[in-house]
Amino acid sequence: MSSAIRVENLSKKYQIGRANRTLREHLTSLMTLKSFRNKSREDTTLWALRDVSLSIQQGETVGIVGRNGAGKSTLLKILSKITYPTSGKVKVDGRVASLLEVGTGFHEELTGRENIYLNGSILGMSKKQVQRQFDTIVEYSGVERFIDTPIKRYSSGMRLRLGFAVAAHLDPDILIVDEVLSVGDAVFQRKCLDTIEGLRAKARTILFVSHNLTAVENLCDRSIWIDRGKVSMDGKSPAVIREYMGHVRDSQMVLSTALDGVENRAGNGRIQFTRVEFLSPDGVLQKVIRSGDAVVFRLHYCAHEPIAFPCFGFRMYTEYQTMVTEVGTSHHGIYISSVAPGEGYVDLEIECLNLMAAKYHLSLWLTDMPGTLVYDNVERAVTLEVEGANLFRSGKAMDGRQGIVFFPQKWNLAGMNGHGQYTPSTLTNSKEVPTHAASEAGQTST
Amino acid sequence: MSETLAMEQTLGAQHPAREFWRYRELLYFFAWRDVKVRYRQAVFGAAWAVIQPLFSMIMFAFLFGRLAHMPSNGIPYPLFCYCALVPWTYFSGVLNQASNGLTGNASLITKVYFPRILLPAGTALAGLLDFSIASLLLVGMMFYYHTHVSWSLLLAPLAVLLMVVVAMGVSMFLAALNVRYRDIKHILPFMVQLWMFATPIIYSATMIPRRFRPLLALNPCWGMVDGFRACLLPDQPINFHLMGASILVAIAVFVGGIYYFQAMEKSFADII
Repeated sequence: MSSAIRVENLSKKYQIGRANRTLREHLTSLMTLKSFRNKSREDTTLWALRDVSLSIQQGETVGIVGRNGAGKSTLLKILSKITYPTSGKVKVDGRVASLLEVGTGFHEELTGRENIYLNGSILGMSKKQVQRQFDTIVEYSGVERFIDTPIKRYSSGMRLRLGFAVAAHLDPDILIVDEVLSVGDAVFQRKCLDTIEGLRAKARTILFVSHNLTAVENLCDRSIWIDRGKVSMDGKSPAVIREYMGHVRDSQMVLSTALDGVENRAGNGRIQFTRVEFLSPDGVLQKVIRSGDAVVFRLHYCAHEPIAFPCFGFRMYTEYQTMVTEVGTSHHGIYISSVAPGEGYVDLEIECLNLMAAKYHLSLWLTDMPGTLVYDNVERAVTLEVEGANLFRSGKAMDGRQGIVFFPQKWNLAGMNGHGQYTPSTLTNSKEVPTHAASEAGQTST
Repeated sequence: MSETLAMEQTLGAQHPAREFWRYRELLYFFAWRDVKVRYRQAVFGAAWAVIQPLFSMIMFAFLFGRLAHMPSNGIPYPLFCYCALVPWTYFSGVLNQASNGLTGNASLITKVYFPRILLPAGTALAGLLDFSIASLLLVGMMFYYHTHVSWSLLLAPLAVLLMVVVAMGVSMFLAALNVRYRDIKHILPFMVQLWMFATPIIYSATMIPRRFRPLLALNPCWGMVDGFRACLLPDQPINFHLMGASILVAIAVFVGGIYYFQAMEKSFADII
């Protein structure tokens, strides 16, 4: 397979500070021989990309992740011929369509119809192509009623839909998408993802930049993590994304929370929680906890005197104060006869964390067996951020919009009359993603 | 369609002429957009195309023709003046629009690829509509004054071509410069005013002392304006040597404009 995109040692430098001098200033500086370069060049130089090399084959769908300012957009701009490299080589084979923004070139005074032609031409479609697909574009956008109204009357959502409708009907060899998903409501985002999946089915090359890591993982077999202008990691999406997420979450809050000096603490303090850690089943401190992970909650304590029949536990709340669950050693009928003074810990082993991606708070409690004597009660002491994951291997994003919990589950369609084939799409087999046509012929799992 | 694009530091992008041809439809769309937007917003629509040169002509005709009795080479002064004002209005209009053409479309330039030269080209194309309307009035005036036309009328299309070449040449320079030095668009109105007086529009070139006339040849607008007069009006004292020199300057500016624009194009998205 030939490479669609090849980048060798690409570097891009920007001069920060005032790039636009006025002519007046320039002339006066020439006349008075005053040097404008008082600051050393070092301070004003920004290397957006440094020595980046990568190669993307035809038909690959590659995700590009990284923090804001890492250089992702600069890379895309160079691949789209919008800006040029400072050094290095770029080779692009095939017709490129870049979606760096939806609705590029829209003019407020023109009607929706006129803007479709204008936008289509700007994106590289010929007038005939636009004409041919005009009705489909309008239908896709959902603004049929207002197609002959100037778009200055449109809501922002309508503008977005119209712009994307045009873009969705491009048929490039290489599609570059930058953050288009970050705006728009859920329906719009769904449409975006479906369109991109459609192109993937047609074996087009797709470069997908997004902060929506679940979407990236669902769509892209391969991901590249760009950090501070360099390629930090390049490989299979789940691994790269996990590394990237872990890097972002550099605070200690999630992995282990120390509990000294915490307010909202009640109880007589004879035995107290000192720390909470989240570990993998092998005992490794985790940087990232995702839905469905096997986690160990390690509750460290310090007993100041011998304690008889302690009970450990906690309540878990959502951000909106809904209690999700309460766990405790007493619920399991565990009788701990006594605890010696000193430090120790108890582990709560969870096989599968059935929580959706969201922020949760833990309120820890330590009481005696009947629950009347409270040794320690720390309200909302620990925050647990659960990240989304590709839960059902379906290629669909699962996150907090689908609720607080999920169950281990499977659909069985045996009871349906005369249903067609259904194709479970998997991460590795992108060719089997069903298109609209295929879904009309047979049933697809939703 | 497959294209292989190899970008190295020293090379520019694809061959400019081929890219321009590939995006020729976009040129039409840019011009169409400018025209539609301008006519949609204006109450009087097409009338504006005529009002500006017409009112200028009336004012000049009164001030210079009536009051100052400016000689006009045997032609009624209003016609003499208007004939030059029509191409001049096109020129100054295109200049004003195009100098802002890149910075005004900054969002396009940072988000989409197309040969940037299409923007000033689109403005030049769009201006032709207003020019056509103003020309109709010119033709009307020629009838009104019973102008005797000669075979030189056939050269009128060439005069129009020269006008476009001059306007595009200068506006390409200005558009590219304006991206770097933003005060160009503030300097421009002033510059255009001066330029108008430096071009024999409201006066005849014969009024300039002989020893200064070669300087006029450096003004590409001179060839443009006198070219119109030569084609449309009879018996004009045209110094063809100087006009030829002016035309050469116009072509040089055009070619230079293209090169300068292409050279600066790479950095537009970075500094706009």
